Amino acid sequence: MTPISVTIIASLGALGMLGVVFELIRRRHLRERYSLIWLLIGVVLLVLAAWRRGLNTLAGWMGVKGYPPSVIFAALLFFVLIMLLHYSIVISRLSDQNTTLAQRLALLEEEQLRRSEESREDG
Amino acid sequence: MTGVTLPGLAERRRIAIVPAFNEEGSVAAVIDEIHSFDPGFEIVVINDGSSDRTGEIARSRGARVISLPFNLGIGAAMQTGFRFAQENGFNLAVQIDGDGQHDPAELPAILSPVLAGEADLVIGSRFLGDGAFRSSFTRRLGIRLFAWTVSAIAGQRLTDTTSGFRAVNRRGIVLFAADYPRDYPEVEATVMIVKHRLRLKEVPVQMRERATGRSSITALRSVYYIAKVLLALFVDLFRRGEAPMEDA
Repeated sequence: MTPISVTIIASLGALGMLGVVFELIRRRHLRERYSLIWLLIGVVLLVLAAWRRGLNTLAGWMGVKGYPPSVIFAALLFFVLIMLLHYSIVISRLSDQNTTLAQRLALLEEEQLRRSEESREDG
Repeated sequence: MTGVTLPGLAERRRIAIVPAFNEEGSVAAVIDEIHSFDPGFEIVVINDGSSDRTGEIARSRGARVISLPFNLGIGAAMQTGFRFAQENGFNLAVQIDGDGQHDPAELPAILSPVLAGEADLVIGSRFLGDGAFRSSFTRRLGIRLFAWTVSAIAGQRLTDTTSGFRAVNRRGIVLFAADYPRDYPEVEATVMIVKHRLRLKEVPVQMRERATGRSSITALRSVYYIAKVLLALFVDLFRRGEAPMEDA
């Protein structure tokens, strides 16, 4: 069974994280799509931390013998990996969009320069 | 006027795309040489975030200059040129690097197959013919690997898939304007042509030593280059068949 101190500390940690996320949403520092993911992660961690019987059962299913809280570590690591992958995707997309914007800007600048030269020649 | 006349060249709306990143020492000569080969070429220098006077020098030599706000790399720079070519109705484009290693006197070699309608993309190869090419071991290894891999994918013998001395017709321009690989684009662009069932041809050319500056590909980078391009080619094999090209 999970030591009671681990349950308390992990629960407080999860609650603290939920609190921080909630505050960030309240101040509009997090966009909706991200806030939802973070809230979900916080809730899952809180459930794993506070629900001792549930954690025990889950550990049994996963074949984790001896120390059930390692399931919390596993879940945490999984979420971190998923979020990092998600950021890689977002950065790739932003970088593509940034490139396209830079190209369009350069093409427009050239066109504008050409037009102003033409109108100077005409006038 | 030019001493060289190629059949069909005069009827084409033709553009020379010159990617240049800090090439103030060589870009003027490149522009002059293209113009003396054929004054009918619209020369567009893609100034890829240079910190030197590349842009001003190119403009003063009568080239159009498209200045990217910051360095995007050769792939995105070339795509900018192809977008310009597509939007302005050009139907023949050549790529000539701003560092002076591509000799405009060799243009007839890469232009002829496009003008004759034999190919949509023509690559000037350093390895066809007898021109000796000295380079580091890793670079030679990489070039060999690419040639072998791309030849297998394309089903035709190719020797110099990293060459940036190229000519494309309107279909190639439209394709590359819509989608052009990043970072080290030449090898992947070659495969793209094959995947879209466009025709590809290699012709022998002589290349010069770089006039000024140094190659952007250093020893350590070439290992990364090889890995990155091989991965891209591998992933390409698992992509579904590309959409058929709309007629240009």
